[in-house]
Amino acid sequence: MSSVIFLVDHSGGKIAKASSELATFAKNIGQSIAVVFSANPSEIVAQLNTLPVDKVITASGDWDKFGVAAIADGLAQIIADKKPNALLITSSANGKEIAARVAVKTNSGIITDAVGVDKDLITTQSVFGGSTTVHSAVTTGVPVITLRANSIEPIAATSNPEVEEFAVNISDSAKLATITSATEAVKGGRPELTEASIVVSGGRGTNGDFKPVEELADALGAAVGASRAATDAGWYPHSHQVGQTGKTVSPQLYVAAGISGAIQHRAGMQTSKTIVAINKDPEAPILEIADFAVIGDLFNVLPQATEKIKARKA
Amino acid sequence: MKIAVCIKQVPDSWAEKKMAGGVLDRANVDAVLNDLDEYAVEEALRIVEANSPTKEAGEASGHSITLISMGPERATEAIRKALSMGADDAILISDAALAGSDALATSLVLAEVIKKGNYDLVLCGTESTDARMSVVPAMIAERLAWAQLTFAGKVAVDPAAKKVEVERITEFGNQVMSAPFPAVLSVVEKINEPRYPSFKGIMAAKKKTISTISLADTGLAATSVGASAAWSTVKDALPRPARGAGVKLTDEGSGGEKLFDFLVEKRLA
Repeated sequence: MSSVIFLVDHSGGKIAKASSELATFAKNIGQSIAVVFSANPSEIVAQLNTLPVDKVITASGDWDKFGVAAIADGLAQIIADKKPNALLITSSANGKEIAARVAVKTNSGIITDAVGVDKDLITTQSVFGGSTTVHSAVTTGVPVITLRANSIEPIAATSNPEVEEFAVNISDSAKLATITSATEAVKGGRPELTEASIVVSGGRGTNGDFKPVEELADALGAAVGASRAATDAGWYPHSHQVGQTGKTVSPQLYVAAGISGAIQHRAGMQTSKTIVAINKDPEAPILEIADFAVIGDLFNVLPQATEKIKARKA
Repeated sequence: MKIAVCIKQVPDSWAEKKMAGGVLDRANVDAVLNDLDEYAVEEALRIVEANSPTKEAGEASGHSITLISMGPERATEAIRKALSMGADDAILISDAALAGSDALATSLVLAEVIKKGNYDLVLCGTESTDARMSVVPAMIAERLAWAQLTFAGKVAVDPAAKKVEVERITEFGNQVMSAPFPAVLSVVEKINEPRYPSFKGIMAAKKKTISTISLADTGLAATSVGASAAWSTVKDALPRPARGAGVKLTDEGSGGEKLFDFLVEKRLA
């Protein structure tokens, strides 16, 4: 039977939602093996009991000090020992760099930003701003595959997996760069942009006033995004930029308010399941790809929708 | 300090991209310097300027910035742009055998060239706007067994102590990381505002050296690079079915309510 190792992503003692998706992908392929790198693995392991996990491997070490390079060391050593059929990692900045180093260390092919992987380890990617769907496969080594968040509906399970401690030897070169201090991302009560199942974004049309965008986002439990025009103008932090040079998001619902929809913005959101656009300009390209488009002033449309949503919830 | 900046010529990100035979069709689109590499070139210039007696890059600064790029002959256009910003010289690895190289092969070639240059720092953009994998800087660091300081939103270099400190910025927060030379850095977009080449810079760039080398010059075998050595393969690439035209309406006072109704109908609110 195939076995698939996946890297459990966690911060602040909590497992990231994307890890439950990786567990689901792994289980669909074969035996699902979770790997936890943590100074305190037990609190993370406890959270794996509701995921489809057959086995857990834990490694304690100075991961917070040495970061990506050390975790890549650990995964390469675990792969050499366990000989899995594939390694799955979340497509984040950290995840992709860990994948990159593991691929080099294990002489394996790598595929990043997949939105799916099937039983035969054929991946699906959505490229060129979602205009093209590509199916690929790794042909050498242990396939290293990174998967975007929100790619699959996680399956719930009750599991009581066997836990194995694995001793990792962190190489000297992985200790060259050290993390001297760290600040967690300010969550602000909103979900993380790339993980959120709903994203509400504002652009030039907000004129710098993101209040209606944020209020709709909060009513929907959504993350807030912004177009490059809005972040370049200093209206919203760069970390919220959606587009070719910013984050790529693929939520269930994407609301574009006052965003014209230049190709560079569309590249970052075009694979969203449902797209809603609000724009004053009837010629705005975003309206052409929207499932639901309102030609109108976002300062009227958004608050009206927000009120209705709040009233419904109350 | 000897600084290298890895740059790539990419299809213009405003142009429509198509696949040809399982890979990106590069021949039939306008090619430009990868946007995100401009930030790396700019940061290298700022590092030199901050540590030069004359506050200027160039020979008098006592530091050097070498551009390293892998690509077709045509990549010299993108290299000239980075030279006109102020880099000193460039190495272009160009060879028919390199066509179709994946990220693993690309990092292998770049690392091999970097190894021979005695650099203190290697700067990269975080990703190329064509492949968008964000893996090559980490692969180079792994292959060279150098420190990896990537996704830097701030860089501070201490040439006397031969140390570099960066602020790494990712979706999960910020980290301060430090390492001794030599190190591989990648810089995020918010780090600086790349300068426009001045007229003087454009004229000077015409006289700067671009050394074009072949794969044989790197000492690597043709079997380790190119499409035939790629460790992943594209099975098929199909245009995504166009999104069907959705509902479009003009707000006449109840646009928000209609939007709400749509969200409820779709079970999204």
